[in-house]
Amino acid sequence: MKRIITMTVLNRPGVLNRITNLFTKRNYNIESISVGLTEQEGVSRITCVVHVENDGMVEQITKQLNKQIDVLKVADISDQAIVARELLLLKVPVLPHNRPEIYSIIEPFRASVIDVSKDSIIIQLTGETEKIEAFIDLIKPYGIREMARTGTTAFPRGNQRATQQKSLTFV
Amino acid sequence: MEAALKETKAKTSVLSGADLLLKSLEKENVEVIFGYPGGAVLPIYDKLYDSKILHVLPRHEQGGIHAAEGYARISGKPGVVIATSGPGATNIITGLADAMMDSLPLVVFTGQVATGVIGTDAFQEADILGITTPITKYNYQVRDTKDIPRVIKEAFYIATSGRPGPVVIDFPKDLAAAISEEPADQAIHLPGYQPTTEPNFLQVRKLAEAVSRAKRPVILAGAGVLHARAAGFLKEYAEQQSLPVVHTLLGLGGFPAGHELFLGMAGMHGCYTANMALYECDLLINIGARFDDRLTGNLKHFAPHAAVAHIDIDPAEIGKNVPTQIPVVGDAGQALRQLISLGGALPKHDEWLEKLSAWKQDFPYHYESGSALKPQKVMELLFEKTSGDAIVVTDVGQHQMWAAQYYPLNNPDRWVTSGGLGTMGFGLPASIGAQLADPASRVIAVLGDGGFQMSTQELAVIAEFQLPVKIAIFNNKALGMVRQWQEIFYDARYSHSRNPVQPSFVKLAEAYGIKGFEIRTEAEAHSILDEVLNDNEPVLLDFRVDGEENVYPMIAPGKGIHEMVGVKK
Repeated sequence: MKRIITMTVLNRPGVLNRITNLFTKRNYNIESISVGLTEQEGVSRITCVVHVENDGMVEQITKQLNKQIDVLKVADISDQAIVARELLLLKVPVLPHNRPEIYSIIEPFRASVIDVSKDSIIIQLTGETEKIEAFIDLIKPYGIREMARTGTTAFPRGNQRATQQKSLTFV
Repeated sequence: MEAALKETKAKTSVLSGADLLLKSLEKENVEVIFGYPGGAVLPIYDKLYDSKILHVLPRHEQGGIHAAEGYARISGKPGVVIATSGPGATNIITGLADAMMDSLPLVVFTGQVATGVIGTDAFQEADILGITTPITKYNYQVRDTKDIPRVIKEAFYIATSGRPGPVVIDFPKDLAAAISEEPADQAIHLPGYQPTTEPNFLQVRKLAEAVSRAKRPVILAGAGVLHARAAGFLKEYAEQQSLPVVHTLLGLGGFPAGHELFLGMAGMHGCYTANMALYECDLLINIGARFDDRLTGNLKHFAPHAAVAHIDIDPAEIGKNVPTQIPVVGDAGQALRQLISLGGALPKHDEWLEKLSAWKQDFPYHYESGSALKPQKVMELLFEKTSGDAIVVTDVGQHQMWAAQYYPLNNPDRWVTSGGLGTMGFGLPASIGAQLADPASRVIAVLGDGGFQMSTQELAVIAEFQLPVKIAIFNNKALGMVRQWQEIFYDARYSHSRNPVQPSFVKLAEAYGIKGFEIRTEAEAHSILDEVLNDNEPVLLDFRVDGEENVYPMIAPGKGIHEMVGVKK
């Protein structure tokens, strides 16, 4: 099963190496990892999407992460009300005859074309992983020249519906 | 006015990075450094020339870090190591991994090439931060001379608090030489590190209630009890609730072996009573052990009828291998104190205690005597002739198990062994550290001929400091444990496990100016041990033991804890 783990870390040298090292060392399967600055100086947020076999494993991952000295806070937010977004960049070859077709796919996904050249365009799309993947599937038949994805970054929503509140507690 | 001026002057005195380092070590009351000089640490060594701190020069960096581990295990204080950049630093990797596995506090300084050339594959450069990240509790690379006092203060705090472990400080050469104004005292800044030492009272109460309901309770005590200096509380609590106690290999000495509630060591070569107690119990109280696979055997058969309570300072250990119903995060000593103060109804478990004591009677460790000198007999003699009061340091292999079985320890912090990593070559250098930590005690280094030859060069340190370590080599001209497994699991195809060619260990010792004896019979063992055990100088004893002897009982890999072989005579 897929879980989303977010953590805040001290922005010290080697901190990303520590986190990825831990995943290798403990044999955890990681799908994506995204890192960036936060509103606090010197603190970064890391969002990992991991595949685990059971709840015990995700608990073990969060505990191991929490044990890292540079890690300030860890949470498995998969069961909370969250917003999760990923950014996709696609370079697609465009010929005069299929240009309208491609644009007709771009529009309902609210993707945007951010670069146009003689024979290709670059499309930008943000959204949840499912949306990104659906879009890629639709564009694939036209040929994808280059693709870049950032991996998911996520946040708990401001309002948590009571039924969904199951934030992870540490023993 | 003059005094004020003087004060400001003192505050802004100018020091080099190496000065700051040594000042910090003095502040941390470091008594001994295990170090090996080299290009990148020359500025530090120049300052050490005038320092009062004892410096021990191992003959290989790996020996240095194992000595620091032995020192840490016996003294309870962090072992301090210095190695130079590149090969010096990579030579200590095994010791770091060993200390990480066995939770030993170390503060290790590695030299590094000058900041300007880091990343250029400079002479003797290695990415020590990258290499040591997975095998240290934390690591630093100093980037600014002004940070040195804070970094060292943090390193000592991290190494010794919570679950202890090794911390590496990578020290670029130019920063050691760089002059800086002495920085103002900086506080530790570790917002992500707050180990829980005080256990949650509700959880402790839950555990106390479970104890009073239990019919077949047992305590499994690990090295966490020793790290917490909680052996006294363990005894008090076990006696208060009359709870039987089983030890892990690393926990030995935490509970007196002669006590009627003590069942013995559990695990792959543990005794019948201890393993069966873990198998049949209905309440397993783990205090500071990490359910290592060499202890549990096949997890499917481990404590199948038991509710599991686990007291550990490291929350990540709880539930890692064995599902746990009553987790207690905290220091073993504090948890035990709370349990003692709660008291509570005694469990109704007379039947259980009777059963355990009958097992203890019926299934002790045993071996068959023969014409050849038996290693178990040698261990018994060592026990007898040191009144069971020596510090026992072992290497890894058959002799390690025999030491655990036949040298029953009654006191804490008398046992140094490489448990988690199982590092051959550990014993001899670790005995150096142990003896330096406790000069008044008798230290016996129990080694195999294989492991001894992995760190023979450290005899030079023993000779140099005239450390009265008694080196007992259990010489079976083989890598005994490998040979045993090949005999049992690989049709006695002894692939590269026997050493027909050996130097004369006695002559080798003599070459270092250390007395040596070859011992082939029990009678010789008696007379020579009587002669040498109580004098105040080092000695090497080459016991020519039965090469065919195996360690029993044994749980074969993949088998359950109740499936021991070699239990009965």
